Amino acid sequence: MAEAVGAVAESLPGDRARAARTVLDQVVLPGEELLLPEQEDAEGPGGAGERPLRLNAGTRSRGRVVCGPGLRRCGDRLLVTKCGRLRHKEPGGGSGGGVYWVDSQQKRYVPVKGDHVIGIVTAKSGDIFKVDVGGSEPASLSYLAFEGATKRNRPNVQVGDLIYGQFVVANKDMEPEMVCIDSCGRASGMGVIGQDGLLFKVTLGLIRKLLAPDCEILQEVGKLYPLEIVFGMNGRIWVKAKTIQQTLILANILEACEHMTADQRKQIFSRLAES
Amino acid sequence: MAAERKTKLSKNLLRMKFMQRGLDSETRKQLEEEEKKIISEEHWYLDLPELKEKECFIIEEQSFLLCEDLLYGRMSFRGFNPEVEKLMLQMNAKNKVEEVESEAVELDVSDEEMARRYETLVGTIGKKFAKKRDRANYEEDENGHIKPTVKVKKMFLKPQD
Repeated sequence: MAEAVGAVAESLPGDRARAARTVLDQVVLPGEELLLPEQEDAEGPGGAGERPLRLNAGTRSRGRVVCGPGLRRCGDRLLVTKCGRLRHKEPGGGSGGGVYWVDSQQKRYVPVKGDHVIGIVTAKSGDIFKVDVGGSEPASLSYLAFEGATKRNRPNVQVGDLIYGQFVVANKDMEPEMVCIDSCGRASGMGVIGQDGLLFKVTLGLIRKLLAPDCEILQEVGKLYPLEIVFGMNGRIWVKAKTIQQTLILANILEACEHMTADQRKQIFSRLAES
Repeated sequence: MAAERKTKLSKNLLRMKFMQRGLDSETRKQLEEEEKKIISEEHWYLDLPELKEKECFIIEEQSFLLCEDLLYGRMSFRGFNPEVEKLMLQMNAKNKVEEVESEAVELDVSDEEMARRYETLVGTIGKKFAKKRDRANYEEDENGHIKPTVKVKKMFLKPQD
């Protein structure tokens, strides 16, 4: 035990940053520094004479690298701030150097600009509604931020209603603000979510998994019976089906599918399809 | 005596614009440079070595939208909410940019519908401009479309003896 601790303590001061390329899809811990591909060449074997020549061709094509959630910029390197798996996405249109981010798991939501979330109206004061989105502060929603709303034509929103909207302002210094309208002035699905249905909370990682383009879970769920689902990036899901029993079954499936393997899931779906 | 000795004008007065109109451009430039020197010497600066700002190639973003292509959050299956299903096609197609042609076709009215509309249009507009006597000729069809029925023209009948 003591030797192991000593060994760990020895390695910490001489901690060398790893190349981001070698750590893709592996678990990274907060405090690690990652080198971007170009720098890693330069700092390779003592910066040998012939290396810089090869580098020059590479640096010219280097675009801007985006560091996403879970990473921060630290000089020329990336500093990991959350524990999880490191992911990378190649640039699509040839611009930039791609996106790096950490795929972590958490239940607490932090408002981010541009995210679509489900909120619950908690108060109505003057011209704005206070909407609880699961963050540290309730977000403010102006009554003019609905499609077709004017000073005389107010939207029909009551305390306790569910709202699907997106953030326009969300940083750590200011109160988050959300709207139910997009940049063209159309609702495009945002606004008050209808009557009935059930709202429940899941982890943020599950939402992203379910909203992935090739999600099998949703395709299988959609074959069961007619239903409607709304996903909020703050971990909230609202479901509605024709009967209460169907709604509850759906809610249980979505909550449980996080911890099930594909086989268990298929078993459950086949059992449901029979009954 | 007073005419011999020129009145001494103050430096500030000489620096004013109207006094400088008569000067050459060179003297004006010299005056400007002297002014700039005085101003820049009064500026405070830190006596530190120059820090070269490195060009920053890394941008920080906290949003998952850039990282992963996520589908639109509202979904409806098996026709539970037709509007949401239409929205789903629209929003998810925006990511893929395929459905532009099919959208254009839907907006256009089909030819058959155009012909049908014009058929009834002739009747309704014609009725508007017909005289009171001719308005009786316009009858309503089974579908509620107004069509002019051709009526036999009344000729003068010669009385028979």
